[in-house]
Amino acid sequence: MPAPARAETDLAIEIRDLAKSFGTVRAVDGISFEVPRGTVTGLLGGNGAGKTTTIGMLMGLILPDAGSIRILGRDMPGERAQLLERMNFESPYVDMPHRLTVRQNLEVFGRLYRVPDLKARIAELVADFDLAAFVDRKAGRLSAGQKTRVALAKALLNRPEVLLLDEPTASLDPDTADWVRGRLEQYRAATGATILLASHNMPEVERLCDDVVILAKGRIEDRGAPADLVRRYGRGTLEEVFLDVARGTRAEGAEAPTPRHEEAEA
Amino acid sequence: MTSATRSTGFSFARIGAMVLRYWYLLSNSWPRAVELIYWPTVQMLTWGFVQLYVAQNSSFFANAAGLFVGGLLLWDVLLRSQQGFAFAFLEELWSRNLGNLLMSPLRPSEFIVSLMVISLVRLAIGMLPVTFLAIPLFGFNVWSLGLPLAVFFAGLVIAGWSIGLVIIGILLRQGMGAEALAWSLMFLLMPITCVYYPVSTLPSLLQPVAWSLPTTYVFEGLRALLIHHEIRFDLLAGAFALDALWFVAAVVVFYRLLASARRTGSLLQQGE
Repeated sequence: MPAPARAETDLAIEIRDLAKSFGTVRAVDGISFEVPRGTVTGLLGGNGAGKTTTIGMLMGLILPDAGSIRILGRDMPGERAQLLERMNFESPYVDMPHRLTVRQNLEVFGRLYRVPDLKARIAELVADFDLAAFVDRKAGRLSAGQKTRVALAKALLNRPEVLLLDEPTASLDPDTADWVRGRLEQYRAATGATILLASHNMPEVERLCDDVVILAKGRIEDRGAPADLVRRYGRGTLEEVFLDVARGTRAEGAEAPTPRHEEAEA
Repeated sequence: MTSATRSTGFSFARIGAMVLRYWYLLSNSWPRAVELIYWPTVQMLTWGFVQLYVAQNSSFFANAAGLFVGGLLLWDVLLRSQQGFAFAFLEELWSRNLGNLLMSPLRPSEFIVSLMVISLVRLAIGMLPVTFLAIPLFGFNVWSLGLPLAVFFAGLVIAGWSIGLVIIGILLRQGMGAEALAWSLMFLLMPITCVYYPVSTLPSLLQPVAWSLPTTYVFEGLRALLIHHEIRFDLLAGAFALDALWFVAAVVVFYRLLASARRTGSLLQQGE
């Protein structure tokens, strides 16, 4: 039997020794981690920790100075065009065109992703995300919660195998945020998609993520399953762990953090 | 779930998607459509009346009907092709949608072609009514120029796209701080490219600069046609040779600026 092709790997994302500097600022400093297919991984860190730069490099928008990124077994940014058809992205900091209706937006993005049987797919998403009441309204006239639902529908148009989410519930009320998390859980369960989630909302990370990578000053400060991190740091919640990492404090009896790169090299 | 990688070569479907996006924008926003017609009409009325006045007092201009209006119409083809190209791109910055596009499978080459197509659509919406209005108002039928008109048109549109391409490259690299270039850069060319007067009018120092612009050959060609009633193929050839050179240079500059934006991370920071 021939060896399985590289593209058939069980890893959705493989990052090796990734580094990026802007002038004298080392934004990402030699990080390595892997995200197995079908899992949800949280990318945590304070402002300036390197999350956005890492996501930018994962989408091929920023060229790394060193290191490599493989997504679904293919090189990013070398095979960017092929990969982006199988990925998608959602962030409250990126808008849909305001003067197009929700339906027009979904049609345009569906065509960009060359979604087969687009009309049926849009109908399916309109039903799934409860968009019917405002599907013919201009995107600029939607509430924050409605915009998030539309953005998420757009992000799932092409049934992505890898979904990158940048603070998907930022500025949403608790009810809408909970609804969004529920939809993400459903999508992952139904499709086996891989999700990389950058978030400052620790309860959200604890609920959604199988694994967490904590960044600080461009380096991986620690990583592990949320429950393991909470146990190792001797804390009650992931939020307290985050604060320990950010402030360099430790609870009485806490275990030492996992050395950087250890898990990636294991 | 999609597991196979589909062919991702140059895609006319994605170009069609972007053209549809801009068409929806125009059809959903009547002020945008009105604005496309408004400025060419105002310009044409102003220069048309200037031409009428001058022609009444000068046998030269009386014998060269349409010199101003023709120059103006062709200038507007140049200006609107550049602005149509750059403004369509600016719409993505204004609506904070560029991130969605840059993280989609849309290739830069497909994006560029879609901007070209939409600039032609905007040009047609803005210019066609004006050309027909010039016939009864000023007795100038630009369509009577026939084949040379098509050649003039193509020469100017390609030059407009070249400048538009450099402008969006700068916007990608510098962000919205460079927005003013989309409005103003073309006006830097206006006095040098000799829209309304021959190159010989310029100081001798500026004349080589004028002849380095493909658009100058078009406007000289228009004057040769209207004043001497001759088609100057040498001028048309010069225009297209320089157009080709300019366009290739603009593509190179655009891709270099895009690569530079990827290195510096400015694609993620498209604010001011």
